Amino acid sequence: MSKRKTDKVTGVETTGHNWDGIEELNNPLPRWWLWTLYLTIIWAIGYTIAYPAWPMISGATSGVMGWSTRANVAADIAAHENTNADLVAQLVASDMPALPEDPDLNRYAIARGGAVFRANCSQCHGSGAAGAKGYPNLLDDDWLWGGDVEQIMTTVRHGIRNTIDDDALYSEMPAFEDILEPAEIDAVVEHVVSLSSTEFDAALAEQGAVVYADNCSSCHGDAGLGMRDLGAPNLADAIWLYGGDRDTLRITVEKARFGVMPPWGPRLKEADIRAVSAYVHSLGGGE
Amino acid sequence: MTSQTNQPLYAARTPIFPRRVNGFFRRFKWWIMAVTLGIYYLTPWLRWDRGVSLPDQAVLIDLANRRFYFLWIEIWPHEFYFVAGLLIMAGLGLFLFTSALGRVWCGYTCPQTVWTDLFLLVERWIEGDRNARLRLHKATWDVRKWRLRLTKWAVWLMIAVATGGAWVFYFTDAPTLLRDLLSFDSHPAAYITIAILTATTFIFGGFLREQVCIYMCPWPRIQAAMMDPDTITVAYRDWRGEPRGKGNVKNRKAAEAQKAVAEAQAAGAGVARYAGTPYPGKEAQPATPPKLDIANEHGDCIDCMACVNVCPMGIDIRNGQQMECITCALCIDACDDVMARIGKPRGLIDYLALSDEPAERAGAAPKPLWRHILRPRTILYTVMWLLVGVGLLYALFIRSDIELTVSPVRNPTFVVLSDGDVRNIYDVRLRNKAGEERVFRLSLSSDALMRIALEGSDNLNVAVPADTTVLQRVYVTARAGDPAASADSTALRLWVEDVTAQIRASKATTFNGRGAQ
Repeated sequence: MSKRKTDKVTGVETTGHNWDGIEELNNPLPRWWLWTLYLTIIWAIGYTIAYPAWPMISGATSGVMGWSTRANVAADIAAHENTNADLVAQLVASDMPALPEDPDLNRYAIARGGAVFRANCSQCHGSGAAGAKGYPNLLDDDWLWGGDVEQIMTTVRHGIRNTIDDDALYSEMPAFEDILEPAEIDAVVEHVVSLSSTEFDAALAEQGAVVYADNCSSCHGDAGLGMRDLGAPNLADAIWLYGGDRDTLRITVEKARFGVMPPWGPRLKEADIRAVSAYVHSLGGGE
Repeated sequence: MTSQTNQPLYAARTPIFPRRVNGFFRRFKWWIMAVTLGIYYLTPWLRWDRGVSLPDQAVLIDLANRRFYFLWIEIWPHEFYFVAGLLIMAGLGLFLFTSALGRVWCGYTCPQTVWTDLFLLVERWIEGDRNARLRLHKATWDVRKWRLRLTKWAVWLMIAVATGGAWVFYFTDAPTLLRDLLSFDSHPAAYITIAILTATTFIFGGFLREQVCIYMCPWPRIQAAMMDPDTITVAYRDWRGEPRGKGNVKNRKAAEAQKAVAEAQAAGAGVARYAGTPYPGKEAQPATPPKLDIANEHGDCIDCMACVNVCPMGIDIRNGQQMECITCALCIDACDDVMARIGKPRGLIDYLALSDEPAERAGAAPKPLWRHILRPRTILYTVMWLLVGVGLLYALFIRSDIELTVSPVRNPTFVVLSDGDVRNIYDVRLRNKAGEERVFRLSLSSDALMRIALEGSDNLNVAVPADTTVLQRVYVTARAGDPAASADSTALRLWVEDVTAQIRASKATTFNGRGAQ
């Protein structure tokens, strides 16, 4: 340690620290400062006794106040549910198609539904509800099982092609690789392409039309417009759940598709099912 | 540690007992105190008629409804730049005043100074002036001391409660809050705020005083960095006062008057400031030059300690510029008083620019005041201050009664519909700042042919209640064959129009197509 120096002007000892010729005087701090430090120490001891503080092997000391963030959050949620009890009761009793006529309730349902959607639905359908390959886009105007708010509610409540809910919307497309010859599959794929596109092999599509009429039209309809009772997609529009190019269509025909959605009836409250249906309906694609 | 000296780590506070002083600056400070305290306590009680649905308090920070009301100006949350701009102006104003006039903020208008001054007034009123207080401080705690102290603390506490109480009135309707406070119906937040501000006022104003300025406040360091030798600040004319000493006051009086007259004749009116300009109410300097006795070579300072005794910061200004000095000018009053009594010109301690020292030493005229004030940095600060101010005023006058913000939904950027049309979704916030409900019609202008539709509505009208913001989802669709559907992005403008009044507003945005495929 260097020898202490004294500042000539003030007569105060310096700390020996020197920054570009500027020296720090070793003036004493005010004593109340020290008392403030002691007070904070006493406060800290009291605080660690009152509140959860010291880490232990499993968890931490719980404190004598019985304070817990989880309990606080639960209480907050309960308080909000309590505040909204009226709206929840109205929502559960409401006639869903008429919901927009009650703007306050509608706004509440959509806000609540948005939260339910982000927590439960966004994993497959995306946070913006744009879907992904195999998971329908909920923003467009194409609905496999129907897009009015009651149909959406049925889909949410029971799910699709699951084995949990007996009322699940169900259908199954056969895998045609064991039924049709490869040439027939090529032809029917060309026919399906011709339904929505202007660039196709007319001769091949002509052959495919026959195969289509025999094997596909019972579900997808003669003109390929689909059938909602069976969740059979419209093949004549611009929207493709798995892709509309020939290779993808060939796989679809050969292996078939079997999109599953779980039933939300057992997991969500009635108000949440209604709210999320209202939300999905409001996203812009509802009918 | 190998400390060579017995320097203590912590020092007990040296109590300060400022003496009462009279004079120009003291009177000026009383006026400033009256005006600032008046503004603080009375502002929430000013009323302003804004119509039925809006509060009628002239200045109101309505946090619950996210609205600031200042007389005829109403600030919405998205216009918070007004508040930011005012804070920037306050900062630039502080820079300007500090570089021109030193720490005038500290000395005159800082709440710590104003309330400490008020508390000192109460202290002096109850316990007496400096000497009485010193005696009381050293006295044992007998009945008299307890009585005086408890009385003082009680009055301080009343002031502190009034101070904390006045603060909460800025945040809600004052008469209603006062009634609720008195009947114990107010929100706990109000009581807690009052309690905290009462405690800080009581402790800071009553007990910590100069400790706040020296140890807690960052401004002394910041303000000191804005001062330079041309800044007008409180200083001691050591070239005139030294060497100090009592001397023969009578002889020196004569000598000095002689000298002053001779100098005044030699240098003309230029040395008026050296000689000390009388402030309003000050006695004029003695005019008759008595007989000369030059034997006494003392300076003007008679070391009476008046400047030290009146200083609320407990410093000796004769030691030069100090960080602790808040330039409150009470030492000027005290010294001028003494100078008048011993027959010297005022201004031994004075507001002066340190750059004038060489000129004054040589007996020459100091630079005129305006040349100290008008410097590149003060001009720059003024220009910046004016620019921000004019900008804010401009922004204030171009504000419209209807506003909209358009947030294109970017998750996903576009949606392809079954017939191949491309649709974009926009979240449009419509603000109706008027006091009555309005119906707005939305429309589109763009080179491309697009359709506009509203969520949950068959027409393009949106009703927005008075003083409210409504969030409306808007769909814009481009036909499959339209260039907009296949372009990456197309310019688009959304219009809102008041259906009855002819007010229009618009926002530019873009439409996202499928892009080149």
